[in-house]
Amino acid sequence: MSYFYTGGRAHVVGQPTLVFIHGAQHDHSVWILQSRYFAHHGFNVIAIDLPGHGRSFAPLQESVETMAQAVLALLDELAVDSATLVGHSMGSLIALELAGLMPNRTNSLALLGTSAPMKVSDALLALIARDEARAMEQINQWSHSTLAQKPGNPGPGFSTYIQNIRLMQRQKSGVLLTDFSACNNYQKGLARAQEFAKPCLIIQGQHDQMTPVKAAKKLQAAFAHPAQLEIIENSGHAVMSERPDAVLSVLNRWLQSSVVSSLSK
Amino acid sequence: MNSADFFDLATLAIHAGAQPDPTTGARATPIYWSTAFQFQDSDHAAALFNMEQAGHVYSRISNPTNAVLEERISALEQGVGAIATASGQAALHLAIATVCSAGSHIVASRALYGGSHNLLHFTMRRFGIETTFVDPHDLSAWKNAIRPNTRLLFGETLGNPGLDVLDVPSLAQIARDSRCLLMVDSTFTTPWLIRPITMGANLVYHSATKFLCGHGTAMAGLLVDGGNFDYLGAERYPELTEPYAGFHNMVFAEESTVAPLLLRARREGLRDFGACLSPMNAFAVLQGIETLPLRMEKHVKNALEIAHFLEAQPLVKKVSYPGLESHRDYALAQRLLPLGCGAVFSFELATDRAGGIRFVEALKVFSHLANVGDVRSLIIHPASTTHFRMDAEALAAAGIGGGTLRLSIGLESPQDLIDDLLRGLSAVVKK
Repeated sequence: MSYFYTGGRAHVVGQPTLVFIHGAQHDHSVWILQSRYFAHHGFNVIAIDLPGHGRSFAPLQESVETMAQAVLALLDELAVDSATLVGHSMGSLIALELAGLMPNRTNSLALLGTSAPMKVSDALLALIARDEARAMEQINQWSHSTLAQKPGNPGPGFSTYIQNIRLMQRQKSGVLLTDFSACNNYQKGLARAQEFAKPCLIIQGQHDQMTPVKAAKKLQAAFAHPAQLEIIENSGHAVMSERPDAVLSVLNRWLQSSVVSSLSK
Repeated sequence: MNSADFFDLATLAIHAGAQPDPTTGARATPIYWSTAFQFQDSDHAAALFNMEQAGHVYSRISNPTNAVLEERISALEQGVGAIATASGQAALHLAIATVCSAGSHIVASRALYGGSHNLLHFTMRRFGIETTFVDPHDLSAWKNAIRPNTRLLFGETLGNPGLDVLDVPSLAQIARDSRCLLMVDSTFTTPWLIRPITMGANLVYHSATKFLCGHGTAMAGLLVDGGNFDYLGAERYPELTEPYAGFHNMVFAEESTVAPLLLRARREGLRDFGACLSPMNAFAVLQGIETLPLRMEKHVKNALEIAHFLEAQPLVKKVSYPGLESHRDYALAQRLLPLGCGAVFSFELATDRAGGIRFVEALKVFSHLANVGDVRSLIIHPASTTHFRMDAEALAAAGIGGGTLRLSIGLESPQDLIDDLLRGLSAVVKK
């Protein structure tokens, strides 16, 4: 694993830790408009590049379970004794699995663009195997609610849409099929949700076509300890880039009430 | 459907980056003519300054009208983002100043707009950035000129003054092999005729003053980043891969995997050099881009017709237009520029400097001025304007004769343009 982004700030002993886990065919930079903020607002940030993604030279992992084990190994190495896990899409499954691996060290869970199970159609898996480039274009299209940047997203001069495809194109060949197969094969999501007894926040784009709101609601219902669901209007699956401020605000409010308040007790 | 978009260029030209204004519902993009934008509270202010959140602070750095323009050109060029600047020259300077430092080296095509040549050959050299100029057709000359400190390969899609067609795919391969950026000036072509990023170029810039604005009204420049370059792997861009003391030791390539150049260009280049675009001008360019497909089709059609007409005139020695079979790059142009070769070209009259002046002064429809890419047809006579201080020998060395004329073909009736040129031709003969 080895590479992780700290939000531009060195870790401070005693601060709560946030672990950001990106989704399929992505790297840590998908969290740019959330992770840096928290690093400057009282949190230690670990935004990882999953094995075989981005700057990680570690071998690609073929299942959500082994990806979670890799993140756990990093947290062990960094001697992180407790953390809030924040995952997007495939990263949300990894977070869920990791919470099961380290229940006592997981303070809370934030799952964005999530569903469990995260079924991938046979047609899409076949397309990925046949024509990776074309599949990425399709996935990019399905990940966004519109072509244009939202007026509410003030990220000046950036095309969220083309940034996302370029990031996907940058991953090594074969990563996409491995990641999507891992999502498709992971079966323990609902059971993990059932056994998780701490605060959980689900953030879902209103127009998410990859993991629709309906599927997220099914996962929400599986949590024994009530999970909070927040729908982000006018957003698709790429919720962190389509509505960065809305996501930041929901996440921040929830962290202040669940994590920070529990730590100060 | 194209590589990363699902709308055609004509649709993107009208819609990309813009949505109805969230406050008023205004459908056209409003001109946000405000120098600054109020913070929600002091935490929001600090977060904006520290790049923890995105948003507008001060119009030198970003502006909502400009942002629509930047996103629109990104969609058209297939870039991850763009920066609007005060002029095309400002865009070129911004790119160079972001990826080069004293001691850096650039390899550039010899066939460049005079302003770009000045910037590279004289001005940047004064700041320790050296440029080697090469024949744009000579691929081995490009390769051989690359050094360990080369940061940028640079050329124009249609080179000045002979309209040499830049072999973008081949140069992109050379750039990739050498781990250097390839930047292309696509002012004469616009995304309607060529999209260099889709052919492997890394950066594209425009003098948007020309065809993008299209009406000879607003000065503007646009720098577009393809987001397709691996700065870490290249190991020669410390400006993007090492901490920058001028912005909280930010490592731009760590913040953004695909767009570190744009982060630094905005946070340093616009901040410090300040060549920002007025939102009024951004609006003019946006409005121009909305009709770009229609205009370019007509520009190119008129230009080809005029080029054919001129080529058939006994008084005309040469017409340098790659849409003509007589041009050395005709075959390359057919491959890279299937929709046409733009609407700016030079031709050579069999006459002296005085004859060239008589030609220009006889015209009634063409305007004699120093611009291109207008709805109006334009003409300039280099020997009596841009190069008037040169004697005949120096002119010849620069490849310019007394009878050299540059045209920018507008959207008037082609027959009226031909009649106007006939007026000029008669004036050359009548002494």
